This record gives sequence, structure tokens and C-alpha cells, in this order.
Amino acid sequence: MLERVQSERTQTDRTMIEIRDVTRSYGSFKALDNASLAIREGEFFSLLGPSGCGKTTLLRMIAGFDTPTSGSIAVDGHPMDGIPANRRPTNMVFQSYAIFPHLNVEQNVAYGLKRLKLDAGAERRRVEEALAQVSLTGLGKRRATELSGGQRQRVALARALVMRPKVLLLDEPLSALDKKLREQMQVELRRLQQAVGITFVLVTHDQYEALAMSDRIAVMFGGKIAQVASPKEIYQRPVNRQVADFLGGMNFVKAEIVEENGASLVLDTLGFGRVRTDKPRAFVRNGGAATLGIRPERLRVLWDNASAKFEVAGKVVERHYFGEITHLIVEIPGLEKPLSVTETNDFGADDIPVGAPIRLAYDPEALVAMAD
Amino acid sequence: MTAIRRYLPGWLSSYAVLYLLFLYLPVVFLPIFSVNTAATPKFPLSGVTLHWYEDLPRTPALIDATWNSLIVGISASILSTVLGILAARSITRYRYPGRRAINGLIMAPLVLPEVIVAISMLLVMLQLGLSLSLFTVVLGHVLVCIPYSMTVLTSGFEGFDRSLEEASADLGESAFGTFRRVTLPMVAPAIISSLLVCFTISLDEFIIAFFLTGTEATLPIYIWGQLRFAAKLPGVLALGTLLLFASFLLMTIAEILRRRAARRTQNEGGLYA
Repeated sequence: MLERVQSERTQTDRTMIEIRDVTRSYGSFKALDNASLAIREGEFFSLLGPSGCGKTTLLRMIAGFDTPTSGSIAVDGHPMDGIPANRRPTNMVFQSYAIFPHLNVEQNVAYGLKRLKLDAGAERRRVEEALAQVSLTGLGKRRATELSGGQRQRVALARALVMRPKVLLLDEPLSALDKKLREQMQVELRRLQQAVGITFVLVTHDQYEALAMSDRIAVMFGGKIAQVASPKEIYQRPVNRQVADFLGGMNFVKAEIVEENGASLVLDTLGFGRVRTDKPRAFVRNGGAATLGIRPERLRVLWDNASAKFEVAGKVVERHYFGEITHLIVEIPGLEKPLSVTETNDFGADDIPVGAPIRLAYDPEALVAMAD
Repeated sequence: MTAIRRYLPGWLSSYAVLYLLFLYLPVVFLPIFSVNTAATPKFPLSGVTLHWYEDLPRTPALIDATWNSLIVGISASILSTVLGILAARSITRYRYPGRRAINGLIMAPLVLPEVIVAISMLLVMLQLGLSLSLFTVVLGHVLVCIPYSMTVLTSGFEGFDRSLEEASADLGESAFGTFRRVTLPMVAPAIISSLLVCFTISLDEFIIAFFLTGTEATLPIYIWGQLRFAAKLPGVLALGTLLLFASFLLMTIAEILRRRAARRTQNEGGLYA
């Protein structure tokens, strides 16, 4: 589906953006609640969350369009308190792209350079270079109104990159594009970031976008940062139900804590029996109950007489066809909610009749314990 | 049903023709009789002449009235546009309680009977101890122009994407630089359009000028005065024709500019977005 971009490490261990105890309140409403975060130099970092979670507020405070009610933000070691947007080493790609409609592409890209008073040749070279970076060479004379959505987005990117910022901020840059173009731009954005090595901070509500492009992701809910980790860790080891639910599908199974020690948990469940799992970081026990999670694609259909070390048996109650995959809803005796299972269609999962008995294999590694 | 279908298109087009005749016949009569050699406006025309037009610049009272109208028109259009910019900016840019009420109140003079407005203005001026002059006419015209100015300007400012100004700041530009390089060029067509509309309205306005002027006549008042003399009618028609064409031209330019401004401020470039 999506070309996998091999992650070259562009990031260093230096902190580029330091967000310390930042709160932004509007009256009694806290858009951002005591958030702390360190974004590394050269990192592709995503702020992911549903609308109203505070991700855009945080981005706008880094850019200087909004001011923290309390707490501080530093970029490249310099505190940003009281520094207006036009004197910050950051540049932004706006959600609406904010292309100046009275200027052509070249003039848009050169807009910020005018203040640097470069000589004409140097300015032209930088504009050309920026246009080449976003594959818009030759479109410099186009009027802003003559561009497609994807082209407008490239102009917005070029206009920001030409300033050679320390940090590039992207506010839902792909949300206005159709699905195909969006996936293409995800790959291109990632490539571009690796080529220029600039710290990118992306705001998005699209989990796949964040997973496909980022070095690290901060998942946010209700003004708070729930988890900061690599895409893989966020997906495989979500810290709580909310994070797990927001990123892809997850089956939740009620569990009872039998044993808890430093690194692991032993849980008793009705469907999966007794399981031992890694104890998540920051696991805070809430009585004797916990939740066990497993992703739908980590449950595999067992065909015919095949058997697995770990399996559950049940009955297919629904089947949904999605082209390359089939979504099965499977009732397991003892579980109050049926499990959802995603299976590729290579072996005929799309032909499994509703009502048929079925056995599912799983890897205990795929079971995630979450605090209740 | 089919009969209606068959005859309706024909009926509709004749209705449209009648409609347009009703609207524009008086306007067509004006230039026709202004080139008539006879002083009485009656068909058939006795001959074609530009004599009445040639006479116009040789009438000192007319020249004075023209100057007065220009002074009043320019002052009133600038004043009402400045006030309109402030109000339109506030109404399109900010959200605050009473915004709609304020908008309604500003637009109200549009539907108030003009003669009532004129009398009230006269009372206020006299209460304030202002003696009637071109200045009081300007004040009166500002009052009637502001709703028009607001209409043109809000349509130009509406949808002005705030992120454009933010983008400019983000690219290092100061607040003043942003105003000069982004805000002004984008709203300039709307501002010029507002100036033209207000000027045209002031140029043609009679009732308020009639009540509020002292001894100095504006063009419509001059025309009104001339109508008492039957022999002066062709001259008035000639002058009227010129005013008509001037107004028409100015309004056309204003509308073109207004549309351009409205198109510009829409960041998501219409068709291509």
C-alpha cells in the first residue's frame, strides 16, 4: 500500500525544542495542561490526537502565535518567552497553506527572503533550490490561483524551507488532500525531511500519517500528553486504552491481576486463560482489575487441522470484506465482547461462512496489559 | 401541463423584455432628448444637435455646482470609506457579543426614508449650532454612504484568511510590513470600490443635500433649480445624461474591483482548490 521509507537517522541527541510545564488556559478551560516534551534535533516528531486535544495550540505556541499561560518553551536552547513569531527560528506550513493569492509562486517563496536583503542572484538561487526540493521547478511564474491542492501545499513547503529554519512546523498539512495524494505526500515529506535534516514537528489527527512518517509520536488527549514513543512502540505497547483505541483497532479483554512484580504481570482472563505479559512503563494498579489488549491483525485464523501453541476457539458471527483483507467478528465463549480479527485474503478468509466454528492463533508477545 | 411547457419559455422571454424596458426606458429617453434641437421633449425629434452639451461649460452656476459636488463627493467618500474600513474589519475579523446588532444598526440608514433622515439631520445640525454649508452636506452624505461602503468592504474582507497575516509574520515580516505587503494589496480593490460607490452616491444624492446645504448648490440641486425654466430643460437633460454615464462607469469599475477583492481574499482559490 505505502512504500516504506527506510529511516536514516537524521536526529542527534541534542534537544531542539524544550517544552516545560506548559499550560494554556482559556478561562477555566485548559487547552493544554502542564505539558512537557523534548524534541530532538533533526527529528520528525508528530503531535497526534483527536481535535481539541491541544496539539494545534502547542504547535502555535512553538511558532509564536499563542502564548503559554504558564511554563516555558525553548528552541535551540533559547527561551522563546516574549519573542514574537517573526523573530523565531521556526517556520510553519499552515493547514490552509496560506498562499498569498496576489503573488505568484516565485514571489510567494521569496516573500521571507526579501527581508534578508540578499543580492538578486543569491535570492533567485535560493528560490530555485527550494522549488526544486518540492518538485515545482518551472512553475515559478504560476499564479497562486492556478495551482492544484497538492501544488499549493508544495509552495507552502518551499516558502518555509527557503528560510532554512531550525524547526519546520506542519499544521495538518495533508488533511485537505485526497487519499492517494496524501499517501504520496507522506512519503515525499519523509524523504524531504531526511534530505534537509531539519527538525519537523507535525500536527495530525491521522494515526497512519503519524505512524508512517514520524521518528517519534506524542499522543495527546484533553490537553495532556498520554505517551511519547516511537511509532512501533506506540502501536504495540500503548500505555492505556485511550491510546490503544486511537491508533488502529484493539480488542479489549477484562483481566484480573494474579501477580505483579518489577517487569511483568500475570493476568487471568476468561478467553485467553492465564497470561504473563510485560508490565508497561508507568503502570499504576487500580485494584485487582486490568485490561488485556490484542490487535485484530495479531489473531490468525487456523485452517483445517493446523494447531498452535496458543489458540482460542469460537464462532464467526460477522464477516466484512475489504478487498485485500477480511474483517471477522468472532464470538469466544466466556468473553463479553466478540473479538475482531483481520485476516489477509490469500487463503480464503473471505469465504469463511458466518456461523462456522473457528480457531484463532496468537502470539503471547502480542498481548498488551493496560491499567484499568 | 404540456401546454404550459410549450408556451412558458416564450412568455418568460417577453416578460423579461418588458421588465428591462420598464427599467431602462426612462434612462434611454434622457440621452435621446438631450440631442434634440427643440426645447420641448416630444417625438418626432426636430433635429440632432450637440448644442446643449456645448452650452454646459459656459454656465458659471453649473461650474460652481460641479465643484461643490466634487468637493462633497470626495470628502464624503473618503470619510465614509475610512469609517467603513474600521467597522468592516471589526465585523469580519472579530467575534464579540452584539456584533450582529451593530452590523444591523450600521446598515439601517439604507432603509430609513431619506426625507426623514434629512429632516432629523437638519434638526441635529441646528441644535449643534452648525451653520448649513457644504460641510453639513458631507456629514449627511457620510451617513447615507456608510451602509454602501460597509456592504462593499465586508464582501471584500469576508473570508480574509487570518493565516495569511500569520504566514507573513512567520516568514519574518513585522506588523507594519505585513499590513503593507499582504493586507493592503489584498483589500485595496475593495477600498477603491467603496470610494467609487460612495462618490457616485454622493454625486447623485438630492434630498439630504437639499435640506443641509446653505447657499452652495450641488449638481442635483442645481438641476432641480433649472427645472423651473422650460427653456433650460434640454441643458438639464444633457447634464443628466453626462451624470448618468459617469455614474454607470464608476459603478461598473467599482463592481469589477469588488469582485476581484472578494476573489482575492478567498484563500482556497475557488475552482482550483
